[in-house]
Amino acid sequence: MKRWLPLILFLVLVGFFAKGLFLNPREVPSPLIGRAAPAFTLPLVGDPARTFSPADMKGRVWLLNVWAPWCVSCRQEHPVLMQIAASGRVPIVGLNWKDKDREAQALLAQRGSPYVAVPDDVSGKVGIDYGVTGTPETYVIDRQGIIRMKHIGPIGPEVWKDKFEPKLKELGA
Amino acid sequence: MIPEIGHFALIVALLVALTQAILPLWGAQTGNARLIAVARPAAQGQFVFVAIAFGCLAWSFLQNDFSVENVAKNSYSQLPPMYRFTAAWGSHEGSMLLWTLILAFWTTAVSVFSRHLPDDMVARVIGIMGLISIGFLGFLLTTSNPFLRLIPAAPEGNDLNPLLQDPGMVFHPPTLYMGYVGFSVAFAFAIAALLSGKLDAAWARWSRPWTTVAWAFLTTGITMGSWWAYNELGWGGWWFWDPTENASFMPWLAGTALIHSLAVTEKRGAFKAWTVLLALIAFSLSLLGTFLVRSGVLSSVHAFATDPARGAFILGFLAIVIGGSLALFAWRAPRMLTGGRFAWFSREAFLLANNVILLAALGSVLLGTLYPLLMDALGLGKISVGPPYFNSVFVPVMAPALFLLGIGPLTRWKGDSLPDIARRLKWAFAVAVASALLLPLVVAGFKPWASIGVFFAVWIAAGVVVGLRERIRNQRGALVARLAALPRGYWGMQMAHLGLAIGVAGIAIVANYQSERDVRMNVNDHAELAGYTFTFRGHSEYDGPNYRAAKGIVEVSRNGKKLFTLYPEKRIYNASGMAMTEAAIHPDLWRDVYVAMGEPIDDKGAWIIRLFHKPLVNWLWIGGLLMAAGGFMAASDRRYRIALREARAKGAALAGAAA
Amino acid sequence: MKSLLFCLALVLSAPLFAGEAAPVGDDPAIEQRMVNLASDLRCLVCQNESLAGSHAELAEDLRREIREQMKAGKSDKEVIEYLTNRYGDFVLYKPPFKPVTYLLWLGPLIFLGAGVGAWYWVLRKRRATPPPAVDPDQLAAAAKLLDEKQ
Repeated sequence: MKRWLPLILFLVLVGFFAKGLFLNPREVPSPLIGRAAPAFTLPLVGDPARTFSPADMKGRVWLLNVWAPWCVSCRQEHPVLMQIAASGRVPIVGLNWKDKDREAQALLAQRGSPYVAVPDDVSGKVGIDYGVTGTPETYVIDRQGIIRMKHIGPIGPEVWKDKFEPKLKELGA
Repeated sequence: MIPEIGHFALIVALLVALTQAILPLWGAQTGNARLIAVARPAAQGQFVFVAIAFGCLAWSFLQNDFSVENVAKNSYSQLPPMYRFTAAWGSHEGSMLLWTLILAFWTTAVSVFSRHLPDDMVARVIGIMGLISIGFLGFLLTTSNPFLRLIPAAPEGNDLNPLLQDPGMVFHPPTLYMGYVGFSVAFAFAIAALLSGKLDAAWARWSRPWTTVAWAFLTTGITMGSWWAYNELGWGGWWFWDPTENASFMPWLAGTALIHSLAVTEKRGAFKAWTVLLALIAFSLSLLGTFLVRSGVLSSVHAFATDPARGAFILGFLAIVIGGSLALFAWRAPRMLTGGRFAWFSREAFLLANNVILLAALGSVLLGTLYPLLMDALGLGKISVGPPYFNSVFVPVMAPALFLLGIGPLTRWKGDSLPDIARRLKWAFAVAVASALLLPLVVAGFKPWASIGVFFAVWIAAGVVVGLRERIRNQRGALVARLAALPRGYWGMQMAHLGLAIGVAGIAIVANYQSERDVRMNVNDHAELAGYTFTFRGHSEYDGPNYRAAKGIVEVSRNGKKLFTLYPEKRIYNASGMAMTEAAIHPDLWRDVYVAMGEPIDDKGAWIIRLFHKPLVNWLWIGGLLMAAGGFMAASDRRYRIALREARAKGAALAGAAA
Repeated sequence: MKSLLFCLALVLSAPLFAGEAAPVGDDPAIEQRMVNLASDLRCLVCQNESLAGSHAELAEDLRREIREQMKAGKSDKEVIEYLTNRYGDFVLYKPPFKPVTYLLWLGPLIFLGAGVGAWYWVLRKRRATPPPAVDPDQLAAAAKLLDEKQ
């Protein structure tokens, strides 16, 4: 019966490959989910005298949106973020990541800001603490300051409806 | 107009392939000579049409026809003509067309060089290759058409990826594909044998030269790919265990096991089931490699732009071809009678051990390559499996094979005596051990793995020498004449094994004793590495055909005596804006001196420069090419040219009779 | 005159003192440690490149971070933990030895062991096979053929 072994092994492999076609090998889950959002204190864009820290948001469910002025995909999700901000559904904090050319303030002034605060992470060090590998990336953080979800890529209407809304409801927002 | 002709030629080729597959296979099954006779002309016809299609694509590239989407995405008007031509296979669609062309070429070769084989067997072989052609032509026409038009035409192309603008691009894909695709011949022979039920030593003799030539091409292709990476990527690496590299290495491992297994089946009629299965596995791995690289299931530097539709098509094709062949194997395997007896200590036993070890190594590489996918598919998270895993696993698994290689070729078939072999090899063993232990005297410091590698290399080489001596000892005549009289098959074997030894020595030394320094160099600064002094004399800028370059000047001297000057470059390509580093290498049999430009530091002309000293690195490519040469030599053995000689003899006899 | 001025400009623009090139990192020992460690780590924004060899910006940031950690006295193990806490096991090119990767690490050993077992078993079977019975007529015919050839 071992003459059937090669065929059986192969068919098992085909099954895995078929499943693999629906997966993205580059989409890496975050190890931070279920852990406390790493603490930091950063000056705000346009108002360096004031600072922001995740502790400021304790007691509320909020989104940390990692973005950059030079990021093209971020502009795609900007209108969606503006809608969310306007509806008051959940506060969004925009972490300005590696903005060496200091373009964030002008850009937000021009296009409008969906953010309640814009901490300035020029060096990218806070990004490293959050496991950021590119922009945009968005974290959902709960009332106790625990990271509950991470979304990589721009937020479109479907993503908001299918991924974010259920999570926000779950967290009681 | 030309792209449409190319497109049409592909459609015709598909129709011919359908004829080529269905009619001869049916004919062989039913014994219909007329249907069987369709095989050869159909194969040749298909080749003509695929060649026309490829010619049209190449023409579009050479003529800068940016109304063809493939040309617009992969070429550039200022690209030098040579690279405009090779850009034809620089994309997924183009390389698939190359695959199909080479498959048709091999099929035509079979149709021409098989006059001495039974017609029904040839019909089956050509028919099965036709089935594979159908799959690829269908794939091209449905999901990967290289002749799609871009309307309106682009004013300029996106440029070929600068990494591909290198001579390696000219040789690496074609030779690699000649190898990969060439295993389809062995595959077809195996299926033909399973279908007909005729699996004997004669079958092995027929398939052997085809398989060996394909293997030799694959060896060449992999060697060229490794050399190309070393030259082009600018960080001195030559193997990364990237999924695409593994995708070509796994068929090579299976192919190596196959050519050795065929030897046993041909000479002793043994290992039949093994050999057939290996033939199926080798080509299956080629197809699997094609799937892995183009479907997006694995992350790789080499991956073509991925598309789930393409992935699904290839997977379906894979399932049918490989699944079908393995099912056929399972069904027909019991009919294959087992071969003769052999003792514990015999060449058969050694070759069986060789196969087992190669398959274990193959399994390890496959496991490591697929593990991230397996874990992800089971929802167990995402991991990376890279060089640290493969190096720590592959080397120990292969090591026993390297040891056995010193002994196996000297062992007699059926049975030999261990004390006798030990006696014959004791000096070889002593020399190998001595080399390993004395190595640190020649190089800097004792590194265990280097010594182990050198032991194996010298052991194998010494075994080759012992084998040659014994072989010619009982003959008479001058040394050169005696050596020349040895059959090519024997020479091929020794050359290939020696090539392996050279490669192993190169790897052992370069991996353990290479040195590197990253330095900040102002103009006229100097740095030391491995006894050489590197002096940076600034840089100049110039415009290449499709790039802007900063060309550094680095003088290399030793003990105050100037040896040579190297000119590493940093290029920014016009179309893509991509930066590429062109390393400057001073090659030598015993070492490479390798300099690459890093980044400019300030505006006073200072740069970060990477310096490398790579001892024996060229032994890798020399070893690889010698292995391939051995393969080609063995395939040209006179056993396989008998048909040619018989035909000529017949001709001479007729001429003699007429005179 | 113009050429003289040009030469003068060239000479004056060259650094007055050309000396030994400085290593890229301030501390060669730390640099070597960093490169060795980073060679076994994955560049997260590349398709498949090591952190040591990649030119990507994030890779440079992470190399800088590793250097700083090493200067602060952290061991290799601690640096790896720092990275896996933030990026997961995906960043390691050498998969950790955990229950979920037992099969990966032990697999090759199992394959080799199974192969050796198969080799042993096949050889035993071959030795046990009796020699094929030879048809005496065929034997006689073969002998006749051999005599003829001589």
